[in-house]
Amino acid sequence: MSEALLASETPGTGAATAPAPASGARQFWRRLRTQRAALVAAAVVALLVLVALAAPLLTALEGQDPTSYHPGLVDSARGGVPVGSFGGMSADHWLGVEPQTGRDLFARLVHGARVSLGVAVVATVLQVAIGVAVGLASGLGGRWLDQTLSRATDVMVALPLMVLALALLAVVPSGFPRPVLVALVIGFVGWGGIAKVVRAKTISLKSLDHVAAARLSGWGGVRIARRELLPALAAPVITYAALLVPTNITVEAALSFLGVGVKPPTASWGQMLTSADVWYQAAPQYLLLPAAALFVTVLALTVLGDGVRTALDPRAASRLRIGTGRKREGAA
Amino acid sequence: MTATLSASVATKARGSLGGLLGGGFTGFVLRRVLGALVTLFVLSVVIYAVFYVAPGDVAQITCGPRCSPAQVQQVSDQLRLDDPLYTRYLDFLRGIVVGHDYSTGTGVLHCDAPCLGLSYQTDQQVTELILNKVPVTGSLALGAMVLWLILGVGTGVLSAWRRGRATERILTGVTLAGTATPVFVIGLILMILVCGQLQWLPFPQYVPFTDDPQQWAWNLLLPWVSLALIEAAKYARLTRASMLETLAEDHVRTFRAYGVKERSIVGRHALRGALAPVIALSANDFGSMFGGALLTETLFGLPGLGRELVHAVRVVDLPVVVGMVMVTGFFVVLANAVADVLYAVADRRVVLS
Repeated sequence: MSEALLASETPGTGAATAPAPASGARQFWRRLRTQRAALVAAAVVALLVLVALAAPLLTALEGQDPTSYHPGLVDSARGGVPVGSFGGMSADHWLGVEPQTGRDLFARLVHGARVSLGVAVVATVLQVAIGVAVGLASGLGGRWLDQTLSRATDVMVALPLMVLALALLAVVPSGFPRPVLVALVIGFVGWGGIAKVVRAKTISLKSLDHVAAARLSGWGGVRIARRELLPALAAPVITYAALLVPTNITVEAALSFLGVGVKPPTASWGQMLTSADVWYQAAPQYLLLPAAALFVTVLALTVLGDGVRTALDPRAASRLRIGTGRKREGAA
Repeated sequence: MTATLSASVATKARGSLGGLLGGGFTGFVLRRVLGALVTLFVLSVVIYAVFYVAPGDVAQITCGPRCSPAQVQQVSDQLRLDDPLYTRYLDFLRGIVVGHDYSTGTGVLHCDAPCLGLSYQTDQQVTELILNKVPVTGSLALGAMVLWLILGVGTGVLSAWRRGRATERILTGVTLAGTATPVFVIGLILMILVCGQLQWLPFPQYVPFTDDPQQWAWNLLLPWVSLALIEAAKYARLTRASMLETLAEDHVRTFRAYGVKERSIVGRHALRGALAPVIALSANDFGSMFGGALLTETLFGLPGLGRELVHAVRVVDLPVVVGMVMVTGFFVVLANAVADVLYAVADRRVVLS
């Protein structure tokens, strides 16, 4: 019942329309399918996820692993330049080897995909969980709770994500596996935006009839949140989360590039770039491969995120389009 | 996001203080300043709490892994970690207002008025340390900001004007690629091409403006361009989106109906409407720069705030880290408040809405 009500109530509430859950998913796919760029991006993302999941398999196929040193493949007399042309590319080492250590580049690249995507996904899940919890509590709670949580949210939004994540990495215990730690830190500092969106939406939903009815029938805050609010919050939260993933990938890469994120021997694209500038002449692919991997991943995820937003909130998307094409002007 | 931040601060202040400060422009400014002060206070509490109630053993981390228990205890005494948190926090606040005297084994180290503590590594005053780095980061930030505002807003306006045409599609693609490129990737590639292969520019080395303005600019050119390219993409997207939104509004349609030229609609009316989010974002980015342009500075080896923070994190110099985070937050909040007030000066409707 609440679902039917929701569908009829939401048009008046704001930009993001929550599709009725029954047909929502199908409608979402239909709208996503019409966007060519988003589809290509989705395919690229799917491929990347597949590579990340199958990383051990792929490296086994190549017959290498990401952490073994191959001192014989680098010329220690010349400072560790890979032996052979094209940075040591061969049938054994498909993309060559890392300068100095001789670790296999292909293996490090595909294992780097695991770190990049894994860290970003875990961090995003954490950001969404904290953001939704804080936003809901803030929107539903009393004045003091709202004030306290809103101020805390303001602080999280005010501080640059990179600065705070970097600073936090100084004080966290070092015993933890590094990628997990980085994911936790990014997740812990990046929830401000989602909390703001959820709070605003919750407050506007609170005044709707079906939520008021639930309150009057004595439902508790948790039950109202779960049954009446979360379905309507899904669209804005998914939209926001979809765009958080590429941001988180960049942050992880940046932290690792600065030498405080994921550390060797674990492979990470950002960390691979740390010393790449020294080797660009002898092994250009050592620089270009992780850079290209980062670029393609972030680009695909951003385009997909834009597509998800358009599919979930066609009105906002079309608002931006009104009067854009000369042909449409007459119609608008 | 920043626009909503400042807006929500203003709304909240109005809700709780409604009639107290009165309406009108003065009331708006007062409410905004008060809102900023409250946020700053919460900011300092949150940061202090987060860093000193961190899950790790602060004394052990600060001292390093090879410290003996006695040395760890000494660090703990000096940072007064055994005192309750609120006394330490109040002490920290007092240090900011009136300064602080630290007793060491051999004598007394004085820390002047806006005292953020002493570096654990060098005993240098954190405030002084930060002030010393401001010119470097300031040089980088100001130059880059001028570039990215011109480039970003220009691109945004152009693609909103040429909407639906090939120009827009190309610009949209380029800016999308720009937002997907981390600054250290574009900087790295530019540095290798321009300084390494082509040797058009020297590998950047910071030369103070007062020493040699020409060398200063020459050395900073590449960092400026790298930072500006990435930021411009963000601004172009924002400008384009908010201009398109303004162009769809009723009053613009009325202008069109009256036969106002498209160039004038886009260049004057739509641009003015689109400027608010751009100003808000600039303010936020400007404030953030006090955390340093972490990646750009590290990549090009510029000794600014960002590189200092990275260094402090690597050697776990907690007072420096906490001080830098506080100063960054302070300037972000300050810049947002100033932007809000400035914008209200330019467009009084903000006061009413």
